[in-house]
Parts: sequence; C-alpha cells; structure tokens
Amino acid sequence: MLIGSSKKFRRADFASVVISEIMTVHSSARTDIAVPYDDSAGDTLIALNDIDLVYDLDGPQPFPALEAIDLNLNQGDFICAIGPSGCGKTSLLRVLAGYERPTHGVVSVDGRPHTKPDSEVGVVFQQPNLFPWLTIEKNVNFGPRMKGIDAHERRQRVSYFLEMVSLIDAAKKLPHQLSGGMKQRAAIARALAADPKVILMDEPFGALDAFTRESMQMSLHEIWTKTGKTIFFITHDVEEALLLSNRIILMYPNPGRIVEDIANPFSAMLSDTAPSDLRVSRDFIEMREYLVRRIKESGEY
Amino acid sequence: MPVQIDPIETDRISVQRAKKSASRPKKSLGVSPRVLSFTAIAAAIVLWFVVTTLGWVDPQFFPSPQSVWSAFINILQNGYKGQSLIAHIGSSMRRLLLAFVMSFSLAVPLGLASGYFKPVQAVLDPFIEFYRPLPPLAYYTLIVIWLGIDDESKVALLFLAGFAPLYIAMVAGVRRVPRDRINAALSLGSSQWQVFTQVVFPSCLPELFTGLRTALGFMYTTLVAAEMVAARSGIGWMVLDASKFLRSDIIFVGILIMGVIAIAIDLGLRWLQNYYLPWVGRE
Ligand SMILES: Nc1ncnc2c1ncn2[C@@H]1O[C@H](COP(=O)(O)OP(=O)(O)OP(=O)(O)O)[C@@H](O)[C@H]1O
Ligand SMILES: [Mg+2]
Repeated sequence: MLIGSSKKFRRADFASVVISEIMTVHSSARTDIAVPYDDSAGDTLIALNDIDLVYDLDGPQPFPALEAIDLNLNQGDFICAIGPSGCGKTSLLRVLAGYERPTHGVVSVDGRPHTKPDSEVGVVFQQPNLFPWLTIEKNVNFGPRMKGIDAHERRQRVSYFLEMVSLIDAAKKLPHQLSGGMKQRAAIARALAADPKVILMDEPFGALDAFTRESMQMSLHEIWTKTGKTIFFITHDVEEALLLSNRIILMYPNPGRIVEDIANPFSAMLSDTAPSDLRVSRDFIEMREYLVRRIKESGEY
Repeated sequence: MPVQIDPIETDRISVQRAKKSASRPKKSLGVSPRVLSFTAIAAAIVLWFVVTTLGWVDPQFFPSPQSVWSAFINILQNGYKGQSLIAHIGSSMRRLLLAFVMSFSLAVPLGLASGYFKPVQAVLDPFIEFYRPLPPLAYYTLIVIWLGIDDESKVALLFLAGFAPLYIAMVAGVRRVPRDRINAALSLGSSQWQVFTQVVFPSCLPELFTGLRTALGFMYTTLVAAEMVAARSGIGWMVLDASKFLRSDIIFVGILIMGVIAIAIDLGLRWLQNYYLPWVGRE
C-alpha cells in the first residue's frame, strides 16, 4: 500500500515538472501549474460559439449573465466548471441544456444547432428532481419509454443502470422512501438510461454529507470510465473537480466568463489511486491552493 | 482502522426508537387524539340524554335520543311520504353523482387546458370568475324556470357548484408544476404531448383530489338547499317537509344522515388519495 502510493507520488512529481516546462513556454502570466486544455486533440461534441446570455433583456435592469463564451466540449471529456457563486455556472448549463435561449451565439451538438431541450443532452439537477409518483425503476425507465424502445430492451437497460448505481433493492420504492444519496444516484441512472450524448450535472452532490459525497464521487468516476460518456459537471468544490474531471474551466462573474481552461493533471491517476492518497500529495495540494486562490481573486468586484 | 458499524445493530436501535416515538404523539396529555374525539362525542350524547330525560327542554323542539332513534327505525321500515328511506337517500345521491360525473369530466380537461394554454384561460376565466362568487340559490330560480323542478334543474345547479372549484384547482395545479420537472422530462426525450400526459397531469393529481373534496363539499351543501326549494324526494326535502309538521325527531334523523354521508364521502376520498398518492407532501 505504502509502496504503491509513493510510486504514484513520483509520477505526480514527474507530471508537474513536465507541466511547469510547458507553462513557461506558453504563458508566463500564470502560475506555472495550470496547463491550458488543448481542445483540438479530440472530436468536438458540443460547440458554444460566442454565447451571450442576458436575463430580463427587455426589463428595466437587464442582467448580463454570460458574455462571449467560446467552448468546445470533446467527446468523452469530463469537464468540471468551478467558480464563485453567481458567476454563471448554472446559466451556462441551462444554455447547454436548451432551457435558456442565448441572447447571442449558437450551441451545437454534433454539428447541429441545439435550441430546445431534447434527449441528446441529459441533465442531473442539484435537487434529484425525480418524478415523485413513479417508482425508482419507472423513473429510470422514463427516458427509454419516451423514446419508444421496446419493453424487453427497456427492462434490460433499467436493471443495468440500477445495478450500476447499486439501487436494485430500491427498484420498487417511491422516491420519497429513499435517502438523499440514493435519490441522487437514481437521478444519475435515469439520465444515463435515456442514453444522451452528454450529461450535464449541476452540483449534484452539493446537498450530501461528506461520506455519501465521496462514495458518490467514486461511483460517478467509475461510471464515466465504464461508459465513456461526455460529462459537464458543476461544482463549487475545487477538490471535487480535481478528483473527477480531466478538464477544469474556471468562471468569473460580472459578466459571467471563462477565465481558465486547464487540463486536470491528475485525471490519469484517478482510476488507480485512492482519492485519500491523492489528496495528501504535494502537487494535488498545490493545484488545489492555486485554484482556490484564483476563485478568491475574483471576489474584488 | 475504519469504524465498523454493524448494520443489524443500528437497524434494531432505530426500529426501537421509531416505535417509542410513534407510541407517544407530540404535545399530548398521554391520550391519543382519536380517543379524545370519541370521548367528546360520547359526552355530547350523554349530555343529550340527560338534558332530555330531565325535561329541561321541550321535546317538541328538542327530541330525545330515544325518539330520534325510533323515528329512524320507523322511517327505515315504513319510509317517508310514500318512499323508503333508501329511495330518498338514493335520489339525493343520484343527483350528486350525475352532477359530479359531469363537472369532473368537464372541469378537469378544461382546467388542465387553461393552465397549460394561456388563450384557453383567457376565454374561460371571465365567465367562471363571474358566476363563481354568486350564491347558487340566486341563479337556481332561473334554472328552475328553464329546466323545471325535476332532477334536471338540480343536477344542473350541482354541476355549476362543483365545476368552478374543480376547474380552479386544476388551473392552480398546472401552474404549480415545477419548471424543472418539465425540463427534466423534455431532456429525457418527451414530446410536448407526453409532457402533458405523463408529467403535467400526474403532477396535478394532489390538486385534483383537493379540488374534488372542495367541489363535493360545495355540491353537497347546494344539494340540500336545492332539495329544500323545489323537490318531491331526497333527504333535504324530507327535512324541510318534516319541519312543516314540527316533526323535530325526523329533522334530527335527516340531519344526522346528511352529516354521516358527508363524512363518509370525504373519508373515502381521503382514503383514495392516501392509497393512490402516497407521495403527496413528501416530495
Ligand atoms: N432567471 C434569472 N433572472 C435574472 N437573473 C438571474 C436568473 N438566474 C440567474 N440570474 C443571475 O445570473 C447570475 C448567475 O447565476 P447562476 O445561477 O448562473 O450562478 P451560479 O454560478 O450557478 O451560482 P451558484 O454557484 O451560486 O449556483 C447571478 O448573478 C444571478 O443573480
Ligand atoms: Mg448554480
């Protein structure tokens, strides 16, 4: 155990050396640990082109929530969005989902414009938001049923995803009979079962206690590696972002914009390193401190 | 070394705790509310006995429990004015049921449509808002002129009494469906029609039940009033007719029967709601 983790430490050290070299070449303004994410390496799944979102555009006090957002989400990425409260993370997610119509710019999924919510883009809300009159298995069954998939395949899908989030025993229960963590897992299973091209998650673990949260993070990471889904995940917890993603975007408010878009140097280690080991490694702490500082820096407005 | 928690042990403790707190309701004198209610009812009946046997009230106006009971048995066996008691209750219930089916099948779809499509509401609301606050007996006279004093006018009146509260409850129900619940359904691939039938309608079921209970309450009070104005049968008519002959024992019988029926209907609806919608209030 000890030997294993020290090996990983060395790997992390090595990574940070490489990172700092790249950094000095590309951007001298930033502290040397943040490597910009190179989105040209993968296949673009979702493209945001010059997105503005203004709330109450015709009202007495229009509010610019997003300004000039350019973002390409690649197939199979796990993107975490972090930033201070009110910086527009949820607004960005709602634009991606098609719940808010951008004031300017286009969202496209797989090259086609995406203007309304549909089954290509799945959403897991901050509150589980399950249908309270349907049992857990019927909630998970909802997406496939709407799509008209035949009963036999639906049954298989439902039990596959219930198994994945370990809720087989709760299949016949109603949402109000489940704990908060179980409900949130059911919501994830429901989103997955509809087989979207991308899943958007808005602080899905925000309301959970520390233990449940950690086990949910681990199962979500495992689900991501298993399914290879593209995931866009909002959190205000820097550590959570570092433990889940392969790419982190940092947003600042007034107006909401993306100020950092970096590759998570720890993403390759997540599958074979326990989070508890990773958390105490020097590079991890440095990276976390760096991001926390960057978030705090925004607070001068 | 992680702390091991034995699941069986915690289960046992929590079950014990649950039992303990369940057997002791909050803020009580150590008696369950149900026992208190029954005691109060029993006390009232005893008081009724005492007051009437001691002759403190004139039995002409305030009959004893015994004479009410014997009037009840008498009506049960011989009927009232040519019709059995069951037939009187039956004709009241038939009017209620007919009107209920009519207002249900119109108010629910119209209320849903109004809540979902603004133009529908814009057309319907002025009329409903106008007639809703009117006392039913005010326009009853008009309905009687149009439809006569038979069942048609009563059913029409009851229909109007039940329609407004049910319609309004449905509109409010649709308005209260959380936006993100609809968004979630859309993101799971629902069409607009599927959203309406699979999400909006079930979301409104709690309001539907509340609306049903309110509507039945209105219809019931209106029913008795309607039968008192123009009728030849029904439990309301029986009470009014008995009053012409100062038969207070029969009036008592009629009032008690009305009360019991109303309670039974409401209990039935509440039971249906708890059975079919166990999730209400616990979302
Ligand atoms: N419907 C709305 N109408 C007007 N302003 C809004 C609306 N929704 C959000 N805002 C404003 O837009 C800004 C961004 O809000 P948003 O919810 O996107 O922030 P967030 O980054 O998700 O914050 P948090 O971390 O607290 O959830 C906030 O200042 C908020 O007041
Ligand atoms: Mg938010």
